[in-house]
Amino acid sequence: MLGLNKTDSKFLLIVILLTLFTPFLMQPFAADSGLDQFNGGYPDLMQKVAIFGIFAVGFNILFGLTGYLSFGHAAFLGMGSYAAVWMFKLLTMNVIPAILLSMIVSGLLAVIIGYISLRRSGIYFSILTLAFAQMCYKMAYSVLTPITNGETGLQLSLSDPRILDGATESTSLPVTNIFGLAMNSSYKLEALNRVFTFNVGFYFCAIIASIAFYIAIRLFRSPFGMMLRAVKSNQQRMNYMGLNTKPYTLAAFVISGMYAGLAGGLLAAMDPLAGADRMLWTASGEVVIMTILGGAGTLMGPVLGAGVIKYLENIFSKINESVLHSWFHWLPDGLEEVVVWVFARFTGEGWHLTLGLTFMLVVTFLPGGLVEGIKRLKKLTKRGQKPKDKLDAPDPEHTPPPSKHVV
Amino acid sequence: MDAILLQILNGLDKGSAYALIALGLTLIFGTLGVVNFAHGAIFMIGAFCAVTLSRLLSLSFETVDPTKTDFLGNPATIKTPYVEAWFGPEFGSAMIDWAVPLAIIFSIPVMIAVGFIMERGLIKHFYKRPHADQILVTFGLAIVLQEVIKYFYGANPISTPAPEVFKGSFDFGVMFGFDPNAIIYPYWRMVYFLFAAVVIGAVFSFLRFTTFGMVVRAGMADRETVGLLGIDIDRRFTIMFGLAAAVAGMAGVMYAPILSPNYHMGMDFLVLSFVVVVVGGMGSLPGAVAAGFLLGILESFASMNEVKSILPGIDQIVIYVVAIIILLTRPRGLMGKRGVMEE
Repeated sequence: MLGLNKTDSKFLLIVILLTLFTPFLMQPFAADSGLDQFNGGYPDLMQKVAIFGIFAVGFNILFGLTGYLSFGHAAFLGMGSYAAVWMFKLLTMNVIPAILLSMIVSGLLAVIIGYISLRRSGIYFSILTLAFAQMCYKMAYSVLTPITNGETGLQLSLSDPRILDGATESTSLPVTNIFGLAMNSSYKLEALNRVFTFNVGFYFCAIIASIAFYIAIRLFRSPFGMMLRAVKSNQQRMNYMGLNTKPYTLAAFVISGMYAGLAGGLLAAMDPLAGADRMLWTASGEVVIMTILGGAGTLMGPVLGAGVIKYLENIFSKINESVLHSWFHWLPDGLEEVVVWVFARFTGEGWHLTLGLTFMLVVTFLPGGLVEGIKRLKKLTKRGQKPKDKLDAPDPEHTPPPSKHVV
Repeated sequence: MDAILLQILNGLDKGSAYALIALGLTLIFGTLGVVNFAHGAIFMIGAFCAVTLSRLLSLSFETVDPTKTDFLGNPATIKTPYVEAWFGPEFGSAMIDWAVPLAIIFSIPVMIAVGFIMERGLIKHFYKRPHADQILVTFGLAIVLQEVIKYFYGANPISTPAPEVFKGSFDFGVMFGFDPNAIIYPYWRMVYFLFAAVVIGAVFSFLRFTTFGMVVRAGMADRETVGLLGIDIDRRFTIMFGLAAAVAGMAGVMYAPILSPNYHMGMDFLVLSFVVVVVGGMGSLPGAVAAGFLLGILESFASMNEVKSILPGIDQIVIYVVAIIILLTRPRGLMGKRGVMEE
């Protein structure tokens, strides 16, 4: 299908189906079941999952394939947001031109940053990208205030020209739309004691995320992707073979920057404002965490990581002490206090603590991320059936099936 | 002339902090080969050592003074810090006043312990892993340490004053024959700079003039050979990690009166310190110190109004611009050695 082999088509289908049915999947508990707070099927969260999925998939194209760890991807995210909001202000509230411009602008920024940063590798590259991102962040706060509106952040206003939309008499701010279909409109379906929300914005993000994922698969399987992997495994050898790796790594950097810009543009399309804190280096750290947690270098990993982190972030932040008390009320009094106290440290305000700890544990014990964890689990369950030495099993990627020499 | 001198002085205190953190980072990198993203968090923990000690010293009990009444007519309660009750009011209040300098003594064992636990408990397992993994795990550790501090001390900055003696500023210019009031410099910043100079000097002479330091330097040059000579180099490197943590911690303690400690101050300094290390040259101790002061002073020059009127906003980005230029023209940094981190 679409130039993919069987497994990849299956992957793509799974991702498309997952995104299409997200409103159902994230609403697994009935409204009155007491587990209602674990439902994540509201538009804001679903949009974020899709958008950060795109961001992480793009980051993975750089980090997973080439091994260059960028700590400055938030610069592209922020840049995309600013570009998109400017498009909403000047041209039209239609989201298509906005996200196109945000991809182009962040792509250009990626060319500049990448061209300079890729002259160095390893830790130097990380620090250079970090320095560039911090520079963009500081500039958005100081010199570029006329463009970025400084600390207030860039917002829409009634007096914006919006050339294509024409003048309206309305006194409320226009909403982002796609050919008239407003992004924030949703259709609610009440069934099975649950409320399923089908949001236009989410489906827009989901479609784009599926396309982005498809492009990523094609990239992973292309000769270009192979080249990037070769850069990761041994750049020196590539250089000695007389191959200039720079154009390849730069292309990967720019593509991943454009993914980040696309994600930023979509963030602005869902909620038309842009602030400099999207460029802060903690935001770069977040996408690194997502990719690693899911599994860097794998196709599903970043999507999984983005979904898990955004979902848990929302759920964990909602759990406060009174919720915990209602869970553990069956425990003896003294014990209940202790258990609630311990759990309260990791939920609500303590979400970042949980995130940091989880991240450390994953990096230490499961460097391949969740994807590797799933693989290990599968192996554990299959162990009885196929006792196969790991070394004997040929890796299909590195040992192609023998071709017939003699016909 | 006096304006230039003033900017140099202004750059010194920030430069000292950069230099101290960068020195610790370079020590860890040079000995253990680990890129420590949690070093900023160590600096922050140091600053909170000062907060903790000043809080401990001001712990007080309440007594009822029957001779006075408060505005409601009840007998007034008077808070007396324990230290004043134990050591007499004068010495006790002096101790509270001098909490920040005292915190240095308090912080050294704490920071060395933190360093040991970090190295033995976590970083030890990452020597053979790629640099990316080291960055990631220490980044996670930094988040955890930040959140722990945030839980205990809250999210707001806690002001921690310097001793009364060092409050205020002195007229630095008069000493050199400039007009009065041309160069006003706060005492504490001068103290900070002198303190940093002493610490840097101590670290360098420790490495240069002691047997232990000699072994460590030999280990930095060629770890394997030193190991083959029957020297337990790992143990010495662990001690160096503790030392680096203590240096960053002391830098944090003394910085508390300049910048009220908050839980994310470490991250802010970390990014800049990495830039400093890279500019100075990865693995070069003198480079780290020189680059720290250089960038601190450059930053303060860029915040002069004359400069800002030509290049608006330059003060915010000058460090990054310089770092990028230096990395592109001298990829090894100012004093980087050949063969360090060049894959």
